[in-house]
Formats: sequence, structure tokens, C-alpha cells
Amino acid sequence: MARARRIAVIAGAAALAVVLAGCAANTSSSGDSGSGGSATKVDVPEVTNLPVPPNAVKPAGNGQATCAATTTIAFAGALSGANAQLGINILNGAQLAVNQHNAANANCQVQLKKFDTEGDPGKAPGIVTQVVSETDIIGGIGLPFSGESKATGAIFEQAGLVHLTPSATNPTLTQNGWTTFFRALGNDNVQGPAAAKFLTGKLGAKKVCVIQDDSDYGIGLAKTTNDALGAVAADCQDKITTGQKDFSSVVNKVIAAKPDAVFYAGYYAEGAPLDQQLVTKGYQGVFVGPDGVKDDKFIQQAGDASNNAFFTCPCVPGELLPEFADAYKGVSGGQAPGTYSLEGYDSATILLAGIDSGIKDRAALKDFVKNYDKDGFSKHFKWDGTGELAATTVYGYKVQAGKIVYVGTIG
Amino acid sequence: MPVISTIVLAQGPDWIKFDIAAFVSQFWNNTIDGLAYGAIYALVAMGYTMVYGVLQLINFAHSEVFIVGAYAVFFTLAALGFGPSAPGLSLPALVGDLVLAMLVAMLAAGLMAVLLERVAYRPLRRRNAPRLAFLITAIGASFAIQYALFAWRGANPEPAVIMFRPQPVFDIGGVIIDSQQITIFVAAIILMIIVDQFVNRTRLGRGLRAVAQDPDTATLMGVNKERVIVLTFLIGGILAGAAALFYVMKVPAGVQFNGGFILGIKAFAAAVLGGIGNIRGALLGGLLLGVIGNYGATLFGNAQWIDVVAFVVLVAILMVRPTGILGESLGRARV
Repeated sequence: MARARRIAVIAGAAALAVVLAGCAANTSSSGDSGSGGSATKVDVPEVTNLPVPPNAVKPAGNGQATCAATTTIAFAGALSGANAQLGINILNGAQLAVNQHNAANANCQVQLKKFDTEGDPGKAPGIVTQVVSETDIIGGIGLPFSGESKATGAIFEQAGLVHLTPSATNPTLTQNGWTTFFRALGNDNVQGPAAAKFLTGKLGAKKVCVIQDDSDYGIGLAKTTNDALGAVAADCQDKITTGQKDFSSVVNKVIAAKPDAVFYAGYYAEGAPLDQQLVTKGYQGVFVGPDGVKDDKFIQQAGDASNNAFFTCPCVPGELLPEFADAYKGVSGGQAPGTYSLEGYDSATILLAGIDSGIKDRAALKDFVKNYDKDGFSKHFKWDGTGELAATTVYGYKVQAGKIVYVGTIG
Repeated sequence: MPVISTIVLAQGPDWIKFDIAAFVSQFWNNTIDGLAYGAIYALVAMGYTMVYGVLQLINFAHSEVFIVGAYAVFFTLAALGFGPSAPGLSLPALVGDLVLAMLVAMLAAGLMAVLLERVAYRPLRRRNAPRLAFLITAIGASFAIQYALFAWRGANPEPAVIMFRPQPVFDIGGVIIDSQQITIFVAAIILMIIVDQFVNRTRLGRGLRAVAQDPDTATLMGVNKERVIVLTFLIGGILAGAAALFYVMKVPAGVQFNGGFILGIKAFAAAVLGGIGNIRGALLGGLLLGVIGNYGATLFGNAQWIDVVAFVVLVAILMVRPTGILGESLGRARV
């Protein structure tokens, strides 16, 4: 037994030594990180300021508002569980708006009530039923995710309770005839064309490989991106499966096709090892992913290969508004604004503006949002008949020195 | 060019088509990558095949033995300062670190395998439990370890630990073989030859084969059956630990609570393909499964075909040779 282990151990050591020795001259230079990739990297500089519309509606209003002491708006979304961070980002944004409103309007103290759905489409209906049964609640922020939004839209509709989602992007959510559902950002259908424009425009790609995973999100996004890219990506397509870690065949195809850019429609769990394996095999172009890939986890898991990565996202870089960022830290306990914090802030501001205008019930607030047509900090808010924004913006990001930074709007 | 060379099945559905030009042009690259990944399958498959050969037990928890090894690799390398970029180490220092990580992984995975045998399987054997009880215990142990790791480390994979940036070593007519592929393939083959020789030539190995052939007679002849069983699990665990190092070398962010699951199923399939219970069969099956998946992905145009093709080939081969390509030979006298 001891002998078995000793033999195996010695052999393994010998094997490694022999093989690595065979390429000593080569491996010794492996230390210079970033030796690949940077040569052909397109220059899309970081943008550190975010222009705010001069007439952006602030939660404080004119300070003269009066309302009943019981006036309440609700936040419903994940506050615990694996995906809680997104919900917390939104809640803190909404809480900041309510705090600023209440500080400025002594005669109108609006309460923000929190409901935790855990982001679970199975649990959300019960929670939302509870929300709509509280008659003091006249408007809602949420729900953050597409799955739970799908499961609960009908409950809001039945109760006539208006709600704004700051982050759910599945296009089908506005195709259910719900009159209470409003989306405060662009859906997945606008991200694909924007990504295509980014790839062929700012990034100057003449040839793109589009790789999709097997999720609804990835398939839908790849389709809209491909439709917009047309011939640029016609010859280089691949599909992978959730959970896949070995991308040899995909990498070989991409290397042989020599594209300027790879667009990956999926999430970071597969995107990170894919990018890492591409760069390891000598891929020199850029790697572009959607909001499902835009996460610090991507950088952690792809290692320094992530330096070639760009992201598209309908999310505003709220951390770039210094005033907002500073005030936000007071609510979040020091944490900087995260993805969808500013959308949460804007969504709450719209509901508060309705309350300040003298609205006291659900039906009137719903009409207020339906006819709303003003600038917010993140974008202009005006909805079409289905609850989609009339005009939406997609924002570009890139990895720079191990961090995700903003590079400007892309569509 | 791609339009002409892509042959779409006449009147066939549009979701299935053959890209023969790509298959031909990427044949050698796919073969080399497939062999490197297949070598990892083969090392893991050894654990399945040896335990089956001796106990006729399919140790479904072996994939978790493997992932425990991968965690050991991660923690060792992270402690040695490896991180998101390849460290600028001299060659001897790099080899030293990798060997150390492999030893720790072998130790961790080996201990895990022995512990598994002691806690999960031995009590059942003592009580002469039916085979079904072993099977469900194996599946249960697999989930138990997986979710213990989940509770400990969470759902996200560990950050990448990059060992070295592969350098091209051979360039044969545009087909590049890099140092990573060579390291994995050669080291895995050497390890498997050693185990094969150990089983076939040493006294302990003879005992192992004796128990595989006929446990009762072997016991009467003075072979310590319990010791042989522990030895079998230990060797399987050690090889899984080595496989973990090579896996993390190839997939630096692959250390995740359920990261062994799919690989374990593939490795088990490799063992069956080559002939379960057969050490050389595990090697052959692993390498075959590695390359067939890549061929299928390129031939059918995308990587979602990897498992379809690999498992269709598995079924086809089992139809012709129900005991696998090389047959179940650990327990046969001819070894």
C-alpha cells in the first residue's frame, strides 16, 4: 500500500519533470502576463463621467408635498439567497430616493416596505399576494428577475397595483396584456442589435464568431445579435451547453476562423472558461459578453485572459454619478452603487413624484406612470402601451486592470 | 468555400448538417486536444474500473473523490501564490510547485476514497447487503459530498489558478502541440503504465487480481481481502488526485462543488467503453471518448453535439461488443 503510493508519486513527479524540461526554453518566458492580446486590442477608452439630463426628476420634489402618513410603496425582490446582491442594489437605490424625499417633504412621509422573494419564481407569488393585500401600498418596485416577474405579473394586474421592474429583461414580460407592468430599462431584444453595433462600430470587427449557450437568454440574444450582424458572423457560429468546461472544439474553430471578435451569448459560468481557453490557445481578438457575463466573477474565473473582454448591458453605471454614489453609500453601509442601483432609485422617484402630485390610490398612480414623460438620472422615462420604454440605451463596459469600467453608451 | 463544402442533408431537417471541410481541417487539432482531455477521463476512469473489477461496485461517488482532489490542488496552488496570471517562475520551481500540488491532491483524494470505503461501503459489506444497497449508497454519498462542499464553499467556482501559459513545442504542418497538452498526456500515460505494471507484476497486484477473480478462494489462499479493497480505493483516489491537477491545469476555474459530476459520468462511460474492470480499457476508452466528442462537435457544427456523438458511439460499440472494446479483464485469468 505504501509502496503503491510511493511508486505513483515518484512516477508523477518524474513525468512532470521530464515533460516540462522538454520545453524549458519556452516556459521560462511564460511569466510576462499580458504578452498576448494587447497587440491587436482596439482602443476604447474608459469613460469616467456619465452625463445627467439637466431636468432629471429628483426624489425631493418641491418640498411642498402633503400626503397621508400611511402612504406606502413596496419593494419586492431577492434580499436573501444566492442572487440577493441584485435585489439589495435595487432596494438601496429605492431606499435612498425615499429618504431624500422624506427629508425634503416634512408633510409627506412615504414608507418603503420590503418583501423578500429570494428571487424564486415558486415563492414570489405568495409574497406578492401579501403585497397586494396591504391596501396602504399604492405602488411597487420589482420584481428584479424575469422568472419571478413572469410568475407574479397577473397578481399585480388583478389588484391593479402598478410596479416598475428595474432589472427584468425578458422580452415576453410585456406581451401578457398586463397594464400594471412597467420596465425601467431596455429588454434583451435591444441588447442584441446594440451589441452588433458595438462589435462592428467601436470595436471595428470585420469578422465575428457568435457562440451561444443553451438557455432561453443566450439563444434569444444570439438570434437578435446575429440578425443585426448579418454576413459579419455568418461563417462562424457555435453552441455550447450549460456546465461545459472543455471548449477544445470551439476554440479550434475560432482560432481557425481568425475573427476580430467573439460574442458570447450566455452567462459568466461558461463564458469565463471559454475566454480563458481561447486566450490560452493564442486567440488575439476581443471577447464580448452581455449583462449575463458582466460580473466580477468573470474576471476571477478567466484570470488575466479577461483583459480582452468587453460587455454590453442595459444597466447604467450609477457609480459614476458622484453625488448619487456618495449619498448611496450612506444607505448601503459604505458599499458603492451596484448594477441596477440607479434604476431602482429612478423607479422609486417616479412613484414618489406621483404621490407628491396628490395621488392617493392605486388606479391614479397607475395612470400617472402610464402617462409619465420626464427625464430620470439614468434615462428618459416614457412608456409605450405595453410597458416597454419608448427609447432605451445600452451601455458598454470593458475589463481594465482587473476591474469592470464604463466605456460609454453603445446604442 | 464554406458554402460549397457544407453538405446539407437533402430534404433533411435544418438542425442537422455535416461540415466535412471543418472536420478535415481541424482533425489534428481536435485529435490532440481530445487526447489531452481524454487522458484526464482515463485517469478518473481507472478509479471506476478498478473498484468495479474488485467489488463489482459502481462507485458513483468517485467523481467527488476527484473534485476533493481538485479543491486540494486549488488550495495548495493558491497558498503557493498562484493566481489569475501565470507566475514568472523558473522551470524547476514551477515543476516543484506542481508536483507538490499533485502530491497534496493525491493524498486528499486517496484519503477521501479510503474514507468513503470505510464509512459508506464497508458496513454494507459486513452485513452482506444486496448490490442495490451499494448502488444507492454510492449515489447518496456522491450527493452528500457534493452538497457538503456546496455548504462550505458556495455555488460559485473558485477563482482561477493559472499554472503556466502553454508554449508551442512542436509545429507539424500548422498543427501546434503545446507544452500543456504534452504534460497532461505524457504524465497520465506514465501514471497508468505504472499502475498497470503494479497490478500485473507485484505481489500486491497479484493479490488484487486474485480477489477480483474469486474473493473466497483468494481469502483461503491467504490474501487479505479487506486490505486489497482498501488498496483498490486508494489507487483509484490517487489517480483521481493526479487527474485533478491536470484538470485544473486545463480548466483553471473548474474547482466547483459539482464540477466533478459531468466529468465523472464521462469517465464512467470511458471505463465501460474500454471494458469495465480493465485497466488498459480505461485508458483506451478515455482517449477515444475525448477525441470522438471533439470530432462530433466539429462534424456537426457545434459543441452541443459532443455528448450526443460520444454516447451514440458508446451505445454502438456496446451493441457489437457488450463487454467493451477490450473486455472485462481484471477478473479474468488471462491478465
